[in-house]
Amino acid sequence: MTAPDLSSYPESTAVAGAPVLHVDDLHVEFRTRENVVNAVNGVSYTVSHGETLAILGESGSGKSVTAQAIMGILDTPPAVIGGGGILFEGRNMLAMSDEDRRRIRGPGISMIFQDALSSLNPVYSVGFQIGEMFRAHRGTSRKEAKRLAAELMDRVRIPAAAQRVNDYPHQFSGGMRQRVMIAMAIALDPKILIADEPTTALDVTVQAQVMDLLKDLQRETGMGLVLITHDLGVVNEVADNVAVMYAGRIVERGTVDDVFTRPAHPYTEGLMKSVPQVEVKGGRLQPITGQPPNLAKIPSGCPFHPRCARRRLGAAALPGRDCAVDRPPLRLVVPGREAACHYSEEVLGV
Amino acid sequence: MGRYVARRLLLAIPVMIGASFLIFAMVYALPGDPIRALGGDRPLSPGVVAELRAQYNLNDPLVVQYGKYVGNLLQGDLGTDFRGRQVIDTISQRLPVTAQLTLVAILFEAVIGIIAGVLAGIRRNGFLDNLVLVSSTLIVSIPILVLAFVAQYVFGLQLGLFPISGLGEGWYSFLLPGLVLASGSLAYVARLTRTSVAENMRADYVRTARAKGLPNRTVVVRHTLRNSLIPVVTFIGADIGNLMGGAIVTESVFNLPGVGRAIFDSVRQQEGAVVVGIVTLMVFFFIFFNLVVDVLYAVLDPRIRYD
Repeated sequence: MTAPDLSSYPESTAVAGAPVLHVDDLHVEFRTRENVVNAVNGVSYTVSHGETLAILGESGSGKSVTAQAIMGILDTPPAVIGGGGILFEGRNMLAMSDEDRRRIRGPGISMIFQDALSSLNPVYSVGFQIGEMFRAHRGTSRKEAKRLAAELMDRVRIPAAAQRVNDYPHQFSGGMRQRVMIAMAIALDPKILIADEPTTALDVTVQAQVMDLLKDLQRETGMGLVLITHDLGVVNEVADNVAVMYAGRIVERGTVDDVFTRPAHPYTEGLMKSVPQVEVKGGRLQPITGQPPNLAKIPSGCPFHPRCARRRLGAAALPGRDCAVDRPPLRLVVPGREAACHYSEEVLGV
Repeated sequence: MGRYVARRLLLAIPVMIGASFLIFAMVYALPGDPIRALGGDRPLSPGVVAELRAQYNLNDPLVVQYGKYVGNLLQGDLGTDFRGRQVIDTISQRLPVTAQLTLVAILFEAVIGIIAGVLAGIRRNGFLDNLVLVSSTLIVSIPILVLAFVAQYVFGLQLGLFPISGLGEGWYSFLLPGLVLASGSLAYVARLTRTSVAENMRADYVRTARAKGLPNRTVVVRHTLRNSLIPVVTFIGADIGNLMGGAIVTESVFNLPGVGRAIFDSVRQQEGAVVVGIVTLMVFFFIFFNLVVDVLYAVLDPRIRYD
């Protein structure tokens, strides 16, 4: 096992009008004594000012690992960044010192997590934990930080914020706790907010409120939002663009409207069919058959081919496009749409 | 909280009554006659024996003896031993020695145990972690008696670093016995801290703290150690009572005139009043420190409420 060579990557590629966040061909693997788990295998995406990018995928597709790599909060070891770059405002974060990266977390990029209860420290008041953002990054006094925390809690619509600022996480409901997390994440007006399944642990009505809040905050601040989810409904409602991940790769990318109405990858197609639809009554849902791939042993060719209904193998395949042999690259299929399938045109029906 | 503390203190009363009665009954059940033993090789005259037996109520049945003892106790009289010395004097003379010894032991246990545990927990499976693992296993598997003699021999006699017997050199006299007394608990504290720190390092809220861009020191000290030390602090608190009562061997080996020695000697001489007095006091300390721990627990962890 050799250390990844990141030195060849340019330190800065700042250009005017460039996206705020640019993940470029990122590879992450988890090395254990027994094997190497390839969690992220060449993921690239960009997020611009005010854009909402949804990262859609099942558990183990690498969507959260990518996010944690961006934040620099992966446990290393066992995780190893195997290659690629993460550019924030044109500067490669992987080439930065730890201290420089730390300064970006909070004012540059911040993140909220799925389970707000375990993500908040049980022994400190929420006001203290929100206030830490100001104290750590701006040297604000403890008292002033608490006042700012109360303001933020009010901004994320926590009722009676001024009274509740000294309460502890366990004294809040699930939805309110997630609002506390959001207040903490937006405290320093980040350019990018990564929300890792922010509503998965909440019940449906609260989910909608939290998503509305995120959208409103985005409108106010113009931050870019990376929304990691496996909830197609949430993606449809709030996202501009969507990237579908499978086995640590992006398999399809485009605007939400395009991808949802006419998928170009059989996996996306399968996802759409597995969702209940109001118009179709009485029909059976179609699950995607088979199991998600073992990331220590990703199938050859197209990683999705063992589960794919449209696969073409051997003689049935076009030359150089055998689904079990040739790995399909992510390519432009029609304008504004990329997919990693040899037969995307068939899927699209063009 | 106030009501909880009051209730717990009230509960201590029946516990202490029960404990003192049990001790009383056990001393009563000991074979041999303490009065006869007083004379040693020269037998006492039957008249003196009868007089002493009457004076110490030794002819009464157990329950009556106990009743008289409690009656005196309620008037603030802990009784006298067979040499006519007030038990309260024995205690007030011996307790400071044991208290000092316990304090030194607790300091060793807390400071060394926590530092070793934290260092091991932060870098799991590293060199320090393995060192702590091996040495703590070694320490807990050696009986304290052996440990005491080895410490005496190596640090006291061979290296000449510490006094090995008695109180001659003030606080310095307590260092070696304190370390020996603390050793078992120290190893346990190190293991407990190590596990707790290692577990907390992987906690979601520590990940959050990193994602917030807090400096590494803040992440470790404020968000990992503070939470990790809650179980450790509560263990150490409860251990104060344990160490006070468990100092018998250490005090004997290092020749320290503390309550542990007093209990040992009194049991041998069947000095019921002394044994019951001291043990009941120990029970009270035990209950008291456990209560302190419970209160401390609520202070450290806001999720704990006793109302």
